[in-house]
Order: sequence, then structure tokens, then C-alpha cells
Amino acid sequence: MISRALPSGMPRRLLAAALGAALLAILIAAPVALGDTFTPESGGSPNADDIDTLFKITLYVGIVIFLIVEGTLIWALFKYRGRRSAPDAAQIRGNTPLELGWTVAAALILVVLTVVTFLYLDDIENPPPSGPQGLQASQTRFASIDQPTPPGPHLRIKVNGQQYLWRYDYPGEQTLFSYHTMVVPVDTTVVLEVSASDVIHSWWIPKLGGKVDGVPGHVNETWFKIPPKFAGDTFADGTVFDGQCAELCGAGHADMRAKVRAVTPEQYEAWAEEKRQDIEEAGEELARQREEREGEETGQ
Amino acid sequence: MHGLKPQPRGWLVWLTTTDHKKIGLLYLFTTFMFFILGGVEALIMRLQLAQPSGTLVDPETYNGLATMHGTTMIFLFIVPVLAGFGNYFVPLMIGARDMAFPRLNALSYWLLLFGGLAFYASIFFEPPQAGWTMYPPLSDDAFSPGGGVDAWIFLIHLTGLSSIVGAINFIATIHNMRAPGMSWGRMPLFIWSILVYSYLLVAALPAVAAAVTMLLTDRHFGTAFFDPAGGGDPMLWQHLFWFFGHPEVYIMILPVFGMISEILPVFARKPIFGYKAIAAATVAIAFLGLLVWAHHMFTTPTPTVVLAFFMLASFTIAVPTGIKIFNWIATLWRGKVVFKTPLYFAAALPALFVIGGISGVILAIFPVDWQLHDTYFVVAHFHYVLFGGSVFGLFAGLYYWFPKMSGRLMSEALGKTSFWLMFVGFNMTFLIQHSIGMEGMPRRVYDYSEELGVGTYNLISTIGAFILGVGVVVTCVNVLISIKKGKRAGNDPWQGNTLEWFTSSPPPDNNFDVVPRVRSVEPMKDIRREVLAASRPAETVAQPTAPRSL
Repeated sequence: MISRALPSGMPRRLLAAALGAALLAILIAAPVALGDTFTPESGGSPNADDIDTLFKITLYVGIVIFLIVEGTLIWALFKYRGRRSAPDAAQIRGNTPLELGWTVAAALILVVLTVVTFLYLDDIENPPPSGPQGLQASQTRFASIDQPTPPGPHLRIKVNGQQYLWRYDYPGEQTLFSYHTMVVPVDTTVVLEVSASDVIHSWWIPKLGGKVDGVPGHVNETWFKIPPKFAGDTFADGTVFDGQCAELCGAGHADMRAKVRAVTPEQYEAWAEEKRQDIEEAGEELARQREEREGEETGQ
Repeated sequence: MHGLKPQPRGWLVWLTTTDHKKIGLLYLFTTFMFFILGGVEALIMRLQLAQPSGTLVDPETYNGLATMHGTTMIFLFIVPVLAGFGNYFVPLMIGARDMAFPRLNALSYWLLLFGGLAFYASIFFEPPQAGWTMYPPLSDDAFSPGGGVDAWIFLIHLTGLSSIVGAINFIATIHNMRAPGMSWGRMPLFIWSILVYSYLLVAALPAVAAAVTMLLTDRHFGTAFFDPAGGGDPMLWQHLFWFFGHPEVYIMILPVFGMISEILPVFARKPIFGYKAIAAATVAIAFLGLLVWAHHMFTTPTPTVVLAFFMLASFTIAVPTGIKIFNWIATLWRGKVVFKTPLYFAAALPALFVIGGISGVILAIFPVDWQLHDTYFVVAHFHYVLFGGSVFGLFAGLYYWFPKMSGRLMSEALGKTSFWLMFVGFNMTFLIQHSIGMEGMPRRVYDYSEELGVGTYNLISTIGAFILGVGVVVTCVNVLISIKKGKRAGNDPWQGNTLEWFTSSPPPDNNFDVVPRVRSVEPMKDIRREVLAASRPAETVAQPTAPRSL
């Protein structure tokens, strides 16, 4: 290649310096600036944190590729802008080693991303056992109280999307369900069995991990495990994680919000007990009203 | 074909024409009108979302706008506008006098127009509101009882038929009607990309045609293909739809890549770098594009091994796409770049597409997609691909070929103003949407909660959208002014490489009186060299050197 100095060496060096400084600034600023604005939400569950890490790794690789592409593109446009004094364009039709080089390089980057993804996949996908401060541990402490049998190592909650609210069915022999806000004990692995009864909905609480679609006729699973620090002294003090339906489900889609309240296992059990009784009483009340109405109807 | 019968005059000629150039212009005009409509729909949505608790439109209207916008831009703008450019320029670039089947060509256009009109008629009763992906059960009669979904099904059938018929026409034309000497290795890259576009349309469209037919019978004739209560499955729709829908993405971008591969060498005054690699990458992308559809379905109930397969398949597409981007940069490298408006838009394509490509790789990692799927991050991603990629490329094509189609040059000042407004507006609109999505805002919502903390971001995005809109309007004004008052372009204003620049601007009805023999991938360079040689004294005439093998 024939070296072709610009009329003055200055702008070239200046540009190189500017590009170098910009590169350096971005590399230094990136980790600082990459607060939550530039990454997915996380913090409420280990799988959300792992997804966040995986995202960041990919993003760093992406930023390097971005800088290479934009840098060479802008450099080419700047350096080879067609001034009158500029030499004629080099009639090059290709360069096999160079082309093979960037093909292999692109493939290698993707191999690296594949390996990293599979390294994280297990931890993201498979629910871990509940922690020592979770429901499991407290279950043994309160064994004397008449509680339903423990739900196994995980708390399994059935999530059902309906236009336009979420229903949660909790495990246990007595019926326990709630709408809109899910109440869960901290340090407990909560496995969700997500489905829908009308159209497709998508369950998503950003800080607690990825979303899963509730598809009528299918059951889809996900999990989360909220660290103990998110529970409060009282039920009302528990942290509430917000989310909303992520699959277009009709006119009320934007208003189909969901909340998850993190409480201690004790608070959870107290809430569950009260809620179960409420549900039972409401059921009895309903049955009584129905009997009355039937009695009135037959009496007439 | 156009010789002996007296031609109708005035407006009638546009109704009865079978000339590929007139049909091409009809396509371009019609699709551009739909582009404006789709753009207005987008601006209304952006206004609604400028602040939390917007009250401009109600949720039903918003869902209707979102559905109309997506459907319009994909089925009535990007795919058919490419057929428009293809119609006008495929015969010219391969040295043919028309398409292989001129009447079929007219049919393609009229099917498209009436498909669009049937769809837009729904705004007078009830536009569809289930999104352009039209997922059942939401699109079933139980949840979408109005006729809007049926209008949409009609649109898919009519425009689908239009595209299939048009694709077969392109395939027949490109295979059989190339100028003497134009072997596969000398075919312009735009022609390669239109050929691959056509094969992809033929491969992918039947799946969606079948799917919408099943949806139609589910809605009206009591079948239950997608209804779990009747033994059907909503997942079937998603597989059929995306089996079409992902190749559709490459249908919308590959011909634009082809345009850029024509435009960059002309303005860099250099041959394209790695002709064979780009042609091969086009074919590779198309093939791989048929194998990645379920990456749109990573959050559905699907086994991990399937998710992993579709992640890896999606990764592999990044390789041929990356090859193209590096080839374009290498084409500019050591060139003598002429900064005309087509070059601005053409050079913006790799600059913007690479952002969509990187976010695409991020989204292909399925655990990461679980967070980002169906959020504004995805909206940002596909607008970088489809607007930053396709639309910027289409504008490059418009500015590049307008002189050939009209005989006049466009204003450079207006062109560059339009470019910078669009470039700044586009990035302002969509870059920040990555963050909006990661903060937790799903797509397709008419409203968002103030607690999400994305009010300012959305305001920035909305302002950007209007700057982008002004940029598009400037190009419209440029077209309207230049078509009457632009400077005469002459046959070959850019010193082009391909045969369309051999004929007059606009070309005569028969395109070429004499079709030149093609001896390289840049026949116009050979012709210019010969003309130059002929004008010199005999003793200095060099032997025409054979172009280096490709």
C-alpha cells in the first residue's frame, strides 16, 4: 500500500486522538453509566440477577463491535472523502484472507457468547432449593399449629391470566387464592405454573426475572426466590414488586398490572390462615344465600 | 407487447399499462402513500405516549392504530415498495425490455392496491385491534367480533397473492431474460437480492396464507384450529405465522442490502469489495432465515432444547450479515467518496443496522429475551433493522434512482437536510426506547404508570419521532419540486456501473434500442472505457483490458 499523507498531518492526528479519547471515555464511562437504565431490571431474585449479568457480558461484546464498525466506517468516510487533490480510488475487488478473517472472527465471538449463555443457563432455568429463612424452615417451627402439609421444597403457585386480571391459587388442602397481588414468603423458591383461561397473557415482574406466556391449554413454568431483606417487620412493610401483562390481550392490556408482595414466612402463614377463613366464610355465606333464594323460589 | 396497438392516453394509460416502468411507478407511489399513512398512525401513538396517562386516544383506538401501523408498514410499504423498485429496475439492470409476464405484473399491482383498500376500509367500521401478529385466541371471533380481523385476513390474502405472483415473475425474468454475457457471476447484486427475495416470498407466504385461512374458518365456520376448547392450539398459529414472519424480515432487508451494494461502489468510485462473498451471504441469510422463526416465541411453553436450537440458528445469521457490513466498509476504504445524498443514506444503513444487529444477538440469547421480549427494547431493535436498515436504504435508492425515473436530479440541499433530520430524529426516537423497555415498559400499551419512571424518555422519543417526520416531509417536498424543476439528469448522472444508466432518463418504452453485451459485473465502466478509447487518436488506444476475474 502506497502511503498517502494528507496535505497536513495535523487533522489526521487530531482525529485519531479524538477517536482514541472517545473510545477511552466510553470504555471508562460504560461500567459507571450502565446503571439500571442500560440493563434489564434485577435485584429481586437470583435468576433476574443472572440474566442481568448475561446481558451485560453480551452488551460489552456488542459495544466493542459497535465501536469497531462505526469507527472504521466514519474513518473511511472521513479519510477517503473525495477531494480534488485526493488520489484516485484504489480498484480493489476483494481480499480473501481479510474476508476469511472477519468471517472466522464473527463466528468465534458467537461461539464465546454461546458458551457463556450455557454457563449461566442452569442457574437461570432451574429453581434452587429454598433458603434457611424460607417457608420450609418455618414450617417445622410451626408444626404444632394445625397447618396444611408443607408444599415440598418449593412453594408452587398457579397463576392464571384472565382479561384483565391475574388470579393466584396457592397450595394447600383448603382453598386459597388471591387476585392482583401475590403474597409470597422470602427466601423461599416460588415456582409459578402460568396459564390463561381466555386469551394469551404474559406474566412479568421485571425485578423477579423473565416473563412467561400464559397460553390457554398450556402450563408454562418459571420461578423466583426473593432475598430475606425484602420482607418488612409487618405484612404491610413487605416490599411490593410491580409488573404487568406483557402480551397484548385486548383493550385492558395496559391496565392489567400485577404485584408481588414479599413477606416473612410467619407473615405469609398468618395471612394465608386469615385468607383461607375469609374464603371459607364467603363460600358458606354464598351457599346460605343460595339456599335462601332457592327456598324463597320453592316457597312461592 | 407495446408496439402496434394504439396506446391509451392520459390517466387511462395508468389503469391499463403493462409496462414494467409504469407499474413500478404505480407501486412506488401507492406504497409511499401507505408509508405516509403508517407514519401518521405512528405519530398519533407517540403523541399519546408522550406522557403517562395520555388522553389523546382510548385503548381500543390505540390498539387499532398499533395494528394498522405494523400491518401497513410491513405489508403495504416495505415489501411492496421493494417490488416497485424491482419492477422498475430489474429489467433495466439486466438489459431486458420488460418483465417476463407483463400482464401478470399488472395483476400483482392491482391485487396489492385492492388489498390495501380493503384493509383500510375497516377504519369506517372497526379496525382490527389484535396487533399485526394477530395471535389467536385474541383474534378469534369470541374476542374480536368486529370485521376488522376479517379485513386484515383479506389484506393478507390479496397482498400475499400479489407478492407470490410478482415473485414468480421476478424469478422467470431474472433466470431467462438477462442481457447476452450476463452470467450469474456478472449479475448486479441488487438483482441477486431481488432473486433471493422472490424465492423467499414463494417459500414463506404459503404458510401465512394457510394460517389466515384457518383463522377465517375458526372465526366463521366453526372449526377450532387455534381454540384449545375444541382441541386446537394457539401455538400452531404462532409457528405458522413466524415461519412466514421471520423470512419476511429478510424479505424486507435483503433487497435493500442489494441497493446499498450498488450505491456504495458508485459513490466510492471503487468496485464492490467481495462481490462473491456478498452474493453468497445473501443466499446464506435467506436459507438460515427459514430456520429461526421460533426466536419470536422464546417465552411460550417450549422445551429448552428447542429454545437452544433457535438461539444458535439465530446466532449463525449474524455471520453473513456481519460479512456484508465489513464488505461495505471495505468498499469505501481507499475510495474517493463523492458525498451526494444517496451516499449519505447508504452509509447510514450499516451505521444504524449494526445497532439492530447487536441488539438482535442480545435478543437471540433466550434467557435474556425472557426479560426483553415484548418490551420497548424489541420495538427499538426492529425499528433499527427496519427503519435504520430498510427505510434509510430505500431513501438511498429513491435519491439514487429518481434521476433515472424522472429525468431530473433532486435538490442536494433538501436531500441533505432531509437526511440529517431523519438521522437525528430516528436515533432520538428509538435509541432511548431500549432503555424504556429495560425499565419495564411492555410494547402495545396505550398508557404506562408514572412509577415506571419513563415519562421523560417517552417525551424524548416523541419529539424525535416528529423530527423524523419533518425529515420525511422534506424528502416529499424535494420529490414534488424536483419532478418539475430539477436539473436535467442526463443518462448517467452518477457514473453508475449497471445497465440502467446506459439508456435515457426516463427510459423509452422499449428500454434499450440495442442491448449491449455484458463483459463484467460493471458493464457501464466497460462502455465508458470504450467510448473514451474511441474518442482518442488510434495509436493511443489501449487494448480493452479484461476485468480481473471475480
